[in-house]
Amino acid sequence: MDQNLLVATGIKVTYGKHAGLFGSKPSTPVLHGVDIRIGRGQTVGIVGESGSGKTTLGRALLRLVDVSAGKIAFDGRDITHIPETEMRPLRRRMQMIFQDPMASLNPRHTIRRILTGPLLLHGLAGDAATALEQVKSVLDRVSLPAACLERYPHELSGGQRQRIGIARAVLMQPDFVLADEIVSGLDVSTQAQALRLLKSLSRELGLAMAFISHDLSVIRAVCDYVYVMRLGKVVEEGPCEQVFASPSAAYTRALLDAIPLPEYDPGWLERRTET
Amino acid sequence: MTENLLTVTGLSAVSDREGGMPVLRDVGLTLKNGGVRGLVGESGAGKSTIAKAILGILPRTVRITGGWINFKGRDLLSMKPQELRSIMGSEIALIPQDPQTALNPARRIGAQLADGLKLKRDMSARTAEAHALQLLADVQIRDPDRVMKSFPHQLSGGMRQRVLIAAAFAVEPELVIADEPTTALDVTVQKEILRLIRHMQSARGTGVLFVTHDLGIVAQICDSVTLLYAGKVIEEGPVRNVLENPNHAYTKALIAAGPRYDRPDAGLEPVPEAVFRELRQEIGIS
Ligand SMILES: Nc1ncnc2c1ncn2[C@@H]1O[C@H](COP(=O)(O)OP(=O)(O)OP(=O)(O)O)[C@@H](O)[C@H]1O
Ligand SMILES: Nc1ncnc2c1ncn2[C@@H]1O[C@H](COP(=O)(O)OP(=O)(O)OP(=O)(O)O)[C@@H](O)[C@H]1O
Ligand SMILES: [Mg+2]
Ligand SMILES: [Mg+2]
Repeated sequence: MDQNLLVATGIKVTYGKHAGLFGSKPSTPVLHGVDIRIGRGQTVGIVGESGSGKTTLGRALLRLVDVSAGKIAFDGRDITHIPETEMRPLRRRMQMIFQDPMASLNPRHTIRRILTGPLLLHGLAGDAATALEQVKSVLDRVSLPAACLERYPHELSGGQRQRIGIARAVLMQPDFVLADEIVSGLDVSTQAQALRLLKSLSRELGLAMAFISHDLSVIRAVCDYVYVMRLGKVVEEGPCEQVFASPSAAYTRALLDAIPLPEYDPGWLERRTET
Repeated sequence: MTENLLTVTGLSAVSDREGGMPVLRDVGLTLKNGGVRGLVGESGAGKSTIAKAILGILPRTVRITGGWINFKGRDLLSMKPQELRSIMGSEIALIPQDPQTALNPARRIGAQLADGLKLKRDMSARTAEAHALQLLADVQIRDPDRVMKSFPHQLSGGMRQRVLIAAAFAVEPELVIADEPTTALDVTVQKEILRLIRHMQSARGTGVLFVTHDLGIVAQICDSVTLLYAGKVIEEGPVRNVLENPNHAYTKALIAAGPRYDRPDAGLEPVPEAVFRELRQEIGIS
């Protein structure tokens, strides 16, 4: 069996290429040939400049945006151009957790319905009672009380909603989870909880994860391997220990130097690192 | 005696949505002219509620039950609506927490920025446009020309956040309330934004109330910090004191919770349940 679960090569994405209703729009090339591979059970970090194309890359991997060049293989199969009908069964195996879970949870549905619905839809549970059992055990896993089931998304705190997002993804028994900036709005204690949870879930379930974050400390804490992006390209990649101990790209060094540490350091703000 | 730009005294508020639950409990804080105060605390602690109370934009379901908010010698809470309106968005500006909902999805960025400049700084359309372009460059947007012509959904999360920072600085306010303004930015851009804030503060004496979860940011840009839990001030003081000699076990636990790239084996310790129990007992909640 191939050790790699997801392999993308030479990915290019350009927004606004199609001639729209109002004639053809100016096109914005965003990814200029990106290679990335994610091993089974591996957690890969994607870090980089804001606007460098991290979210776009994630969306391309999940076939949520069309690529203009390159190839994406999932579990040994070329999925770059397969039609949506063939993509659909794969969607369950490739889950996404969003930064703002509020935007992806139906505000008019209870948590019970939000979590059991997809299980029944994808035939992962035969009936409502079995679905509920599965949901309860995952809620326990993410340290949420069963009382949450009868609540609506807005009746939970940000950290609780984030854990609902994680629970929903995990319930689909995916092979791959893409997490896009999911901890940046959380306080440090809730963040520590969520990161520990993801780490142990990926270990226990053999999940592969791509973890998009602008916070290198977070990446260091959860990832095995890291890709550093800038201007639509990968400027550095490698195992975390190596990249953090001896970054080779000037941009990676600048990223490390720009992390504010919770220590008194009066000169920090004025120190500059050339990129 | 140093003049305070902002003094909040005994501010209390309850949430009608949660059966009259207190969301602010006798909160006091001060901000000097040109001071930068960090406001930290877990989700739901009341950080945004304080910000909204100052700006006079609390939702109907949150009711102030006591206290004063003194801005340059005047109590904002007893001010008439039209007086408040003339201050908000010109003397006091907000960088809101949620860039998704703060921008009008149907208008181009350039037009949205120019509106504020025309309205609050009496600029002509032409001057406002040129100024808006410069502001976008100031917040490190790479291609300001394209962004001026873009709609919000055509920008990345961090670009939208910077547009809002530019909009707040555009009016040259005396007080900026920044509600987690850099959560979507990479650290190099974040550092530039922090520098920009420092520059505004030292060049024009702008005071900043900086809401954040990141104690690293507090250490590097703030001179004082207030830590909240369940609407109550738990710890307060000069940043260096609080970080190096925290009084409260909760403060210590928060410092230990953050991951650190330079110490991969440290950090990631959630605040222990015992610390929360002690906190709740102190505040008198079950
Ligand atoms: N729907 C769209 N139409 C046109 N351009 C877009 C669209 N979505 C994103 N872009 C552009 O693509 C580029 C990359 O955006 P993307 O969201 O992938 O960046 P990112 O690395 O995730 O940034 P951030 O860290 O700020 O989230 C940006 O220049 C952005 O303006
Ligand atoms: N519209 C509202 N009506 C009633 N109560 C509210 C409303 N919005 C928030 N609250 C309550 O007020 C309290 C404080 O919320 P606030 O938004 O100030 O927290 P915060 O510290 O800014 O948290 P976060 O870090 O998640 O932004 C919470 O208990 C919340 O449930
Ligand atoms: Mg993004
Ligand atoms: Mg808030």
